[in-house]
Amino acid sequence: MSDFLYIYRMTPAAEKPSPEVMQQRMQKWMKWMNSLSEKGHLKERGHPLEQPGKVVRGSQKTVTDGPFAETKDVVGGFSIIAAKDLAEAAELAKGCPVLEGGGNVEVRQIMHMNV
Amino acid sequence: MDIGEHLFRRESGRMVAALTRLFGVHNLALAEDVVQDAFCRALEVWKFRGIPENPSAWLMAAAKNRATDILRRQRTAKRFAPEIGRIAESESAVEPVIAELFQPGVIRDEQLRMMFSCCHPRLSEDAQVALILNILCGFGVAEIAAAFMCTQAAIEKRLSRGKNTLAESKSLFDFESASDFAPRLGAVQRAIYLLFNEGYHGASPEAAVRAELCEEAMRLGAMLREHAPSSTPSTHALCALMCLHAARLPSRTDASGNLSTLFEQDRSRWNPQLVEEGQRLLDLSAEGDDLTEFHLEAAIAAVHAMAASPDQTNWRMIVELYDRLLERNPSPVIALNRAIALAQWKGPQDGLVAIRNIQNGQKLQEYVFYWAALAELELKSGNRDSAQSHFSTAISLARNDLERRFLTRRNDQCTTLP
Repeated sequence: MSDFLYIYRMTPAAEKPSPEVMQQRMQKWMKWMNSLSEKGHLKERGHPLEQPGKVVRGSQKTVTDGPFAETKDVVGGFSIIAAKDLAEAAELAKGCPVLEGGGNVEVRQIMHMNV
Repeated sequence: MDIGEHLFRRESGRMVAALTRLFGVHNLALAEDVVQDAFCRALEVWKFRGIPENPSAWLMAAAKNRATDILRRQRTAKRFAPEIGRIAESESAVEPVIAELFQPGVIRDEQLRMMFSCCHPRLSEDAQVALILNILCGFGVAEIAAAFMCTQAAIEKRLSRGKNTLAESKSLFDFESASDFAPRLGAVQRAIYLLFNEGYHGASPEAAVRAELCEEAMRLGAMLREHAPSSTPSTHALCALMCLHAARLPSRTDASGNLSTLFEQDRSRWNPQLVEEGQRLLDLSAEGDDLTEFHLEAAIAAVHAMAASPDQTNWRMIVELYDRLLERNPSPVIALNRAIALAQWKGPQDGLVAIRNIQNGQKLQEYVFYWAALAELELKSGNRDSAQSHFSTAISLARNDLERRFLTRRNDQCTTLP
């Protein structure tokens, strides 16, 4: 088993969903997380990230607001998943509800010290 | 840990009511934005960190924090409710006022105040019901449109007009100094009644949607009962009526999901607790000398609830109650229901005569159950051809598949019945 980082990117919704729709979205997400957890794939539930952020760039160390505006998908949070290989980690990500809202999940293997 | 069904929707009404009191009714949109923010936050945080121990309290705290931020940032007191706007001038006063406003008892009163505010006399009944569903019950535009079988654009328009009227009214309904309490209570009761009827007889083919509307109406009715000034005999009668009808909801469709009439329903599926609660409320309503339409309708429902079968129903009493209802409200739909009861009491021919004599009967031409009733009575009188012709008209007016299936089945029985 190896560890993988899921980076969730979501497109901010234009319309305002109703409370009922929001609750349903949340329950979908919980269901997916619970199913990962039950099968032993959920190593760390992870964290959501506050929007807006700052970006510090270059040797000038310029600080700008971001990273939005130019990118339509904003990182909304991350989790750590245990999977056999990258293929399985990607397969597991297919159940993520973020996809239904037009977002995506970036799946990256975490490098470890032991070779 | 799981959260209650419709938790967000329920909490939405509570939070919007409290925040609108805080920001002033002209800032209703701001209150709604704060609630939306609280839900967005909950959605993001709970997704990752799990559902908190007390989800309602978490949501309230999120809304409170956001409201505190806004009040601190917007020092221009004038923008907020005059009586509460002052607090924004001294920073230390913000938190205690908000804490006070979010006490459970205070929120309950604010919900009631919002309900009364939504029933502003300048608004149509349709707009009042839509506002209540949106603001107090947390239904979105699409959900209201689905429940009323309207377009989203129509509901959107209705809501924005209603909210503009609310904003122009400058202040929320004031229970203490209101001289128009009684008429406003009447409007509120009427809106709840319409909401319930939309659920009970409504056009939506989704049984679940309709049951939710009934449930919401009953919840709002219970709120009226909990508050001394609005807990009047007519409120009890309205709540009795809703309980007694709601008791029959489970049997309105049979095992295969088809509509079944009062005459065919399996009465063992009527909810005994609701029947009992309805009877109890009806007893409570018998006080004072105010006899409302709700009293009469609840009494009719109680006669049905007490009867073990259609044959054992006291139809004579039902006809008499409909007569008294007609004295108050000469509606053709009530007259039609009276005619159906009369047919049960005296036979189908008397029923048909009564239907022909309905005043303003032309208003019923587009009403699906008018044609269905004619068809049923013709069938009982042995006139299969005219029964079928009436059923065909009814089928062409059916509002959804459920009704269409039901009427088609009855139509087919015209030829198969011995």
